[in-house]
Amino acid sequence: MDNNSLISVKDLRTWFELKRWGFISMGFVKALDGVTFDLKKGEAITVVGESGSGKTTLLRTLLGLARATAGEMIFSGRKIDSSDERDIQWLRRQVGFVQQDPYGALPPFMNVYRILKEPLVVNKLPAEEREQRIRESLEEVRLIPIDDFLTKFPHMLSGGQQQRVVVARALLLRPMLIAADEPVSMLDASVRVEILELMGKIQKDYDLSVIYVTHDLSSVRYFSHRAFVMYAAKLVEKADVKDIVQNPLHPYTVTLLKAIPDPEPENVARFRDIPPGEPPSLINPPDGCRFHPRCPRIIKGLCDTEQPPEFQPAPDHFVECWLYK
Amino acid sequence: MRRNTRGQKPAIAERGRSPGPTEGLVLKVEDLTLYFRATAGVVRAVEGVSFELARGRSLAVLGESGCGKTSLARAILRLLPRNVHTYRGTVLLNRTDIMELSDERFRRDVRWNQISLVSQAAMNSLNPVLKVGFQVAEPLLLDHRAKTREAYERAREVFDVVGIPTAFMDRYAFELSGGMRQRAIIAMALITNPSLIILDEPTSALDVLTQASIMNALKKIKQELGLSFMLITHDIATSSELADDVLCMYAGQLVEQSNAERFFREPLHPYAQKLMASVPTLHVEKKPEFIPGQPPSLLNPPAGCRFAPRCHKRFGHCQEEPPLFTHGDSKVKCWLYEKS
Repeated sequence: MDNNSLISVKDLRTWFELKRWGFISMGFVKALDGVTFDLKKGEAITVVGESGSGKTTLLRTLLGLARATAGEMIFSGRKIDSSDERDIQWLRRQVGFVQQDPYGALPPFMNVYRILKEPLVVNKLPAEEREQRIRESLEEVRLIPIDDFLTKFPHMLSGGQQQRVVVARALLLRPMLIAADEPVSMLDASVRVEILELMGKIQKDYDLSVIYVTHDLSSVRYFSHRAFVMYAAKLVEKADVKDIVQNPLHPYTVTLLKAIPDPEPENVARFRDIPPGEPPSLINPPDGCRFHPRCPRIIKGLCDTEQPPEFQPAPDHFVECWLYK
Repeated sequence: MRRNTRGQKPAIAERGRSPGPTEGLVLKVEDLTLYFRATAGVVRAVEGVSFELARGRSLAVLGESGCGKTSLARAILRLLPRNVHTYRGTVLLNRTDIMELSDERFRRDVRWNQISLVSQAAMNSLNPVLKVGFQVAEPLLLDHRAKTREAYERAREVFDVVGIPTAFMDRYAFELSGGMRQRAIIAMALITNPSLIILDEPTSALDVLTQASIMNALKKIKQELGLSFMLITHDIATSSELADDVLCMYAGQLVEQSNAERFFREPLHPYAQKLMASVPTLHVEKKPEFIPGQPPSLLNPPAGCRFAPRCHKRFGHCQEEPPLFTHGDSKVKCWLYEKS
């Protein structure tokens, strides 16, 4: 790993044990099964995938909310041992979390000031510094005039303002990484871009790294450098956002992008190509490539028996597919 | 004439096959208004909305959250909460004024018989302890006193139409995936052979691929059965999959009605232009923009044009409320299109 990288993850696995009656093991849900990537300082990436593909588990593992079962994770030069409480505590301070549903993420009985004070109290910041930090981060998210907002409760704010409070809270501890789980999916189209531009500006100003997890590539494409496509607990394609959008290689990425409509009147007369079937169970995933039962370009005898390793058909474009051997 | 139709119910088989007139209006709404009473005052959720919907066409109702889209659907279906302040206007369904009907007749003859609703997050509204097939057949069993065998026969037909294997009729909701459940709800809406289906955010809780396949199913239904749809959504990109006409709402009022071709390419109203500019596109390079400011409170909306405070083309005239001007095939509530 080079010095420039903030996170380096190798073959990360997060499995959840299924139990019957609380103690008989029934196998594992392999929510994250061998994920490898590097994230540079000041870089924004997007993880795209369907629900159940493990993208939220990836985020939770990076946040220390879910413990990795196997694999290696190096965060800013420090190796994180997910069974070590001190490592996890340290890790959580370095990562700011922006939740999906701002209303659900903000306690309804606290006003903005108390919401923002809490992480500072928990992390034992001296009392005299707290007020200033709160004001700084509210200024950063443009909730101005600050004094008007400090006394407001979440229900008195609009969806966009609530999400700004969530972003402000994520920035309070001056993290190195912002992890955003579908940050704009609950907001209106006209507000989405505003929040994303705000996050993009903060990312540039502070040279932060950002991970967006989303199923909607079209809204975050202008705010991230690289995109990872996730399918059934694996990262099947990693490349620049531009490359992914213009020249997708993995058959799953191709079908995913084809299914996303642009607002065009011609859509009415057009049926979309959807691969048959559904994503596989993560308890017992299929042999070989996980997309092979639905893949239109399957190579019989290879795709259904052997798991494809990562190939690099173009510089900085990685894909787990036998077609690019 | 009304008295004659009262006690009689057409047999299901007949309802299922009668093609009905293929032209003409299904729905004509005039000056529909719905205000709610709240502690802080009167919320003007829907104000003077008029539009027409022809048979076999689909109308997308677009707008931001809180602009009155769902209230409009509820006003048409008369699914009203208790705190209604004002509820007036004309709703002509197949040339009958359904606003005149008593609640009981509305329930029996209109709701789910002529207009069905696929509501928001409907896939989570299936009963977990009843088999899916029964739930889909239920409207016929209850409302039409149909024979069980006939009702299940018809349920099998609609399962075919929406693309669920009929073997799934004996399963429970938790055994179906999200997309399948959504299809089951659409089947439930289709079973009484209504002339209009109102879809309120039918795919917003679903994944991209599932969403696309539900849209494919809806397009097929529209082509084969010649139904009319009213699609209520804030997801403009997805709405373009089904929309023939677009009705754009802002702060409880209709601001533009155009055909899809016009609306998605060159919308007329400044709000619609801004809204379209805020939609991100994947396949076309275009950086999305946002609309500065916030929609006004419906408790105390500004006088004059409601979009004026956020409008980039505002001029002196905007202090007065604009009427709905006709511009080509479109209707637009903006002084810019006043004929001089």
